[in-house]
Amino acid sequence: MSEIKTVDARGLSCPQPAMLTRQAIHKLEKGTVEVLVDSATARENVSRLAKNAGWTVTIEDKSDGSSRIVLKK
Amino acid sequence: MSVISRFLTSRWGPIITGISVGVLAPLLVFWGNPGNMGICVVCFTRDIAGALGLHRAGVVQYIRPEIIGFVLGSLAAALAFKEFKPRTGSAPLVRFLLGMFAVFGALVFLGCPWRAYLRLAGGDWTAIFGILGLVVGIGLGIVFLRMGYSLGRNRPAPKAVGWVMPAIMVVLLVLLIVEPQFGRDAEGNPTGPIFFSTTGPGSQHAALIISLVVGLFIGFLAQRSRFCTVGAVRDAILLRDLRLLYGVLALIVAAFVTNLILGQFHPGFAKQPVAHTNELWNFAGMALAGLAFTLAGGCPGRQFFLTGEGDADSAMFVSGMLVGAGISHTYSMASSPAGPGVFGPFIVIAGLVVCVIIGLTMREAKV
Repeated sequence: MSEIKTVDARGLSCPQPAMLTRQAIHKLEKGTVEVLVDSATARENVSRLAKNAGWTVTIEDKSDGSSRIVLKK
Repeated sequence: MSVISRFLTSRWGPIITGISVGVLAPLLVFWGNPGNMGICVVCFTRDIAGALGLHRAGVVQYIRPEIIGFVLGSLAAALAFKEFKPRTGSAPLVRFLLGMFAVFGALVFLGCPWRAYLRLAGGDWTAIFGILGLVVGIGLGIVFLRMGYSLGRNRPAPKAVGWVMPAIMVVLLVLLIVEPQFGRDAEGNPTGPIFFSTTGPGSQHAALIISLVVGLFIGFLAQRSRFCTVGAVRDAILLRDLRLLYGVLALIVAAFVTNLILGQFHPGFAKQPVAHTNELWNFAGMALAGLAFTLAGGCPGRQFFLTGEGDADSAMFVSGMLVGAGISHTYSMASSPAGPGVFGPFIVIAGLVVCVIIGLTMREAKV
């Protein structure tokens, strides 16, 4: 099983969550990336960016209001 | 309700918001707001600063209900869709400074990004230099972001923290309606605490209820759609994401058409309402504003909408705007239709230096 790369974007303002995700998936090209976010805006922006780059997106919303976004390619 | 919300968070959200602003802003001018100033987030903050006596420029003093509506409309949307999350702790002091310098720059141009686009859509070609400056300022901010610029992370705050800004807005609404006056000086001028212009742009406004309802409506839409007039350019360049940019383009087109219909489209450079023709300082003022907004994560409208979600860091930015507007008009930094103020060029250069230092030095602390 390949290693999962984690991007912790919790608490960061725009555009950093999307920017960090973009950097991570650009470097990786293939594999699994998990992105942690804690705002609805970051959740949307990261998902949209990854989908546009051809990654499949699965979102797990947690009870504390944060989300774990798993990106696969 | 959830269908509407899904629609607004989709790629259509910013477009719907942009069209709404583009139609309603020229209508507000038609109903009484100053020319090409149906909505100007910086000018309106400046008017509020004046109404509170933070500056005594008698022509720009009024508590603008649109701003109150922005925050309370966003609050309503955030509560309805469970996005009211009080938070703070991402370099509040720096955000305060950025708010101040953004306003210094914007008041040299005489408008925030919203008004720059609205001026363009009204035929004010001097706005072109402002918009060019804005794009350059945002571009510079992007360079710093790519170099690792960050104001660090916020963290959840007590619920009550998120209610402070909405509460301030309710107090402003009460002051606007009650208009308390404690007395008059020897010459018969009101001594405050509230000052309202009797002449000039501050005296020009649509009826309170109209302005408030428009503000609430736009605040609600913008909270859902994440509408941002600076993020639009930033995301297009930095992330190749055009979602927000379509919103700004929709705003310009809708405002242009609405102005045409209302007979408010007057193309030209000279004698435009609440504007001056100095190309250099129109450009440089907005470059400073664009840089400061980008470093703070969004345009002034977005900062107000975020306060409605309970973001106390944005509230610090907005407080910086309010204080900056007071300073700007007290020390002749703001422009007038005659041209830049005496200290306008100085403060733009000083502001650029400060913002570049912020851009180069702020990095996330490693714990």
